[in-house]
Amino acid sequence: MARDGGVSCLRRSEMMNVGGIESAPLDLDEVHVLAVDDSLVDRIVIERLLRITSCKVTAVDSGWRALEFLGLDNEKASAEFDSLKVDLIITDYCMPGMTGYELLKKIKESSNFKEVPVVIMSSENVLTRIDRCLEEGAQDFLLKPVKLADVKRLRNHLTKDVKLSNGNKRKLPDDSDSVISSLPPPSSPLTISPESSPPLTISTESSDSSPQLSPVEMFSTSPLSSPIDDDDVLTTSPEESPIRRQMMRSPGLD
Amino acid sequence: MNTTVVAQLQRQFQDYIVSLYQQGFLDNQFSELRKLQDEGTPDFVSEVVSLFFDDCSKLIDTMSRSLERPDNVDFKQVDSGVHQLKGSSSSVGARRVKNVCISFKECCHVQNREGCLRCLQQVDYEYKMLKTKLQDLFNLEQQILQAGGTIPQVDIN
Repeated sequence: MARDGGVSCLRRSEMMNVGGIESAPLDLDEVHVLAVDDSLVDRIVIERLLRITSCKVTAVDSGWRALEFLGLDNEKASAEFDSLKVDLIITDYCMPGMTGYELLKKIKESSNFKEVPVVIMSSENVLTRIDRCLEEGAQDFLLKPVKLADVKRLRNHLTKDVKLSNGNKRKLPDDSDSVISSLPPPSSPLTISPESSPPLTISTESSDSSPQLSPVEMFSTSPLSSPIDDDDVLTTSPEESPIRRQMMRSPGLD
Repeated sequence: MNTTVVAQLQRQFQDYIVSLYQQGFLDNQFSELRKLQDEGTPDFVSEVVSLFFDDCSKLIDTMSRSLERPDNVDFKQVDSGVHQLKGSSSSVGARRVKNVCISFKECCHVQNREGCLRCLQQVDYEYKMLKTKLQDLFNLEQQILQAGGTIPQVDIN
């Protein structure tokens, strides 16, 4: 192939062009995730995790390729990338060349993509690293190895974002800039095991990779006026300990 | 479908996979990967681990060359290789391989070439051992499917 394996996928037929040129226009309700990880194994796994939770995925192997995909690698902003729809960027922290943190900064500096939530993944549970990423505007921080429950949780929050940004620009009564989505479920401070994932089910366990789901329909009745489910009640501000709880999830990983 | 044969094979599979967890070859992340497999993607796990084993082979090769000459070891490069190996072994649930990587990293940090060589040898041994074990496991899966049965869900928690 003309371009090399910067984009990886188990099924070659589903490979997307890195140049940012989509083969078919994306459905507005479909969640499109850009995944960035230099490890092939991790890319395959995260891609599968995302597809199984009904996301469309583009996986690239470096921060540079991610910027290239987003059209941010040139000095001048490119008009054609205005229509590129990316709902979430999930990136590894430790990558050669450009780290996930550096990529995060570049995305937050861009006019086209600074509103896109960015999630950082890392195998190392370093508080200063987590803080730095959150301060720079990261939506969430996932400890590797990433599990299905982690992605489902992200997906839950993301759906509300997509719904809100697509039709409904209202913000919460609170002063927080980001919506509910920035908080993980305020359950036990330690391990969030798969068994305790949010009861709000978005039937994500479909067997094919492009299910006909419209999870946004579940929130059609005034999502902002009352808590959507137990796990997403806004009880604390984004700067507080929910993220610390995230960090404390798997203390024994290293 | 011969239900007795299927039941026997399923039992064999169950016992085998449980033993792999109990002996520490695999950890919970492997069962997380199995969750991602279904009738539409029946080879997901075997494909991912196959990529992992390829990774192991390449990284071990590179690190071996970096460690070759006693007077000229690029510990940063070795450390980078170990970091990658640790990451991917963690992602597939290859517990023993991952644990060797932890010691391996230590040896890199203190620039202990002998220690690194030992760890390299151990990591090579462990990944090959796991490869054989998982091949046996996947063969059992195939036998079950060919006999008309389904792969049992195994909860190891």
